[in-house]
Amino acid sequence: MSKNRTELNKNLAQMLKGGVIMDVTTPEQAKIAEDAGACAVMALERIPADIRAVGGVSRMSDPTMISEIQKAVSVPVMAKVRIGHTIEARILEAIEIDYIDESEVLTPADDVYHIDKSQFAVPFVCGAKDLGEALRRIQEGASMIRTKGEPGTGDIVQAVRHMRAIMADIRRLSSMSKDELYHAAKLLQVPYELVASVAANGKLPVVNFAAGGVATPADAALMMHLGAEGVFVGSGIFKSGDPQKRAKAIVKAVTNYADYGILAEVSRGLGEAMVGINENEIEIMMAERGK
Amino acid sequence: MRIGILALQGAFIEHKHVLDSLHVESFEIRRLRDIESPFDGLIIPGGESTTMGKLLVELGLLEPLKQKIENGLPVFGTCAGAILLAKDIEGAAQGQGTTFATMDITIQRNAYGRQLGSFFTEEKFNDTVIPMSFIRAPIITKVNNGEVLATVNGDIVAARQGNQLATTFHPELKTDFVHRYFLGMM
Repeated sequence: MSKNRTELNKNLAQMLKGGVIMDVTTPEQAKIAEDAGACAVMALERIPADIRAVGGVSRMSDPTMISEIQKAVSVPVMAKVRIGHTIEARILEAIEIDYIDESEVLTPADDVYHIDKSQFAVPFVCGAKDLGEALRRIQEGASMIRTKGEPGTGDIVQAVRHMRAIMADIRRLSSMSKDELYHAAKLLQVPYELVASVAANGKLPVVNFAAGGVATPADAALMMHLGAEGVFVGSGIFKSGDPQKRAKAIVKAVTNYADYGILAEVSRGLGEAMVGINENEIEIMMAERGK
Repeated sequence: MRIGILALQGAFIEHKHVLDSLHVESFEIRRLRDIESPFDGLIIPGGESTTMGKLLVELGLLEPLKQKIENGLPVFGTCAGAILLAKDIEGAAQGQGTTFATMDITIQRNAYGRQLGSFFTEEKFNDTVIPMSFIRAPIITKVNNGEVLATVNGDIVAARQGNQLATTFHPELKTDFVHRYFLGMM
């Protein structure tokens, strides 16, 4: 892809910063999300909590369903493809999706290779547990990164672990000498140039969001506090008692993540949070898909 | 000189970086308390205009900032920021009462389509060629009472009306030229 296109795709992620991207399964939910202040929506047939409950093979959503959501809202629309499924990605590109999530939430189509994202005109976001994963996805052409977290659980511990791992590694790189950076590149299994640029800038070369297990405004604010530039909320909103109110509260919490008065205010009376399952109770660890 | 940057959502840090490079003091506006001390100019960044609009209302910032703009505070809106300034937004979507609607222009949201329609070009802004990044950008379809500062393929992409400056592209990503023009308005 041309240098301009790559740049423009990174730029779109920059415009999403400080915002909340919400999983939606119908045009009605998409409207609710947009009205609540979502900066983008993720169109998918089943939210992660239900994917987890139903089991079986989980694939890209029906393009008709995605197109209906595209018609319903004016904010960017994202959708998921299976890891390594180049053709699902081409299909989403053909319907002019704004962002493709090559996602571990769906059943991987390829257990070795990720999609060569550098060949696409539309942008990709990918999940990462640590800095090595994040940089490998960027090298493949991802123009936005998110933590993997553990989707569909309502348990924030994994997203916290992943964000802390990424930020700590970036800080470590920033303090290294050149010879140490050569070795770091080897350990991270990524090109030296990429490692050197992270070390020089003290941040990833693309926008980095939190995802996986965000259920409350406090969860979202915690992720911002740890260095996320925005937040994906999957099952947390539409699996809760009052999706509209919770969605609004999470949007406000991300903007004012350091104002504890506002956080206290938006945390009041949200009704039931998604029930959640903790990481020791689940059988499938989605975060382990795609390294 | 002190410039407030609306920091509810979007690419506000990019504007701060440009102002830093010009040695101009700036601060982020996220809540009412942030605008208690006086300031000399306001930047409304790119991002999602619907998100920013809702938050402006929710956080009680819409009216006080609107008043300041109407009282002559220099304001510079990029992309979503330009939408929030426009009096007239073509087509549907943007809820009434969630934008400043202070600038007498008509704007069309997502005028180039989806992300595949985003593009980069170099064109004249006020007679100087500068880089312009358009990200799911709007187009200014009418300037009722003001000055057109830039066009791309015949479409208006920058305009000024007194104390208000709007660009549909993102100068903060590539150049400090438009920021310097804005500072000159003070």
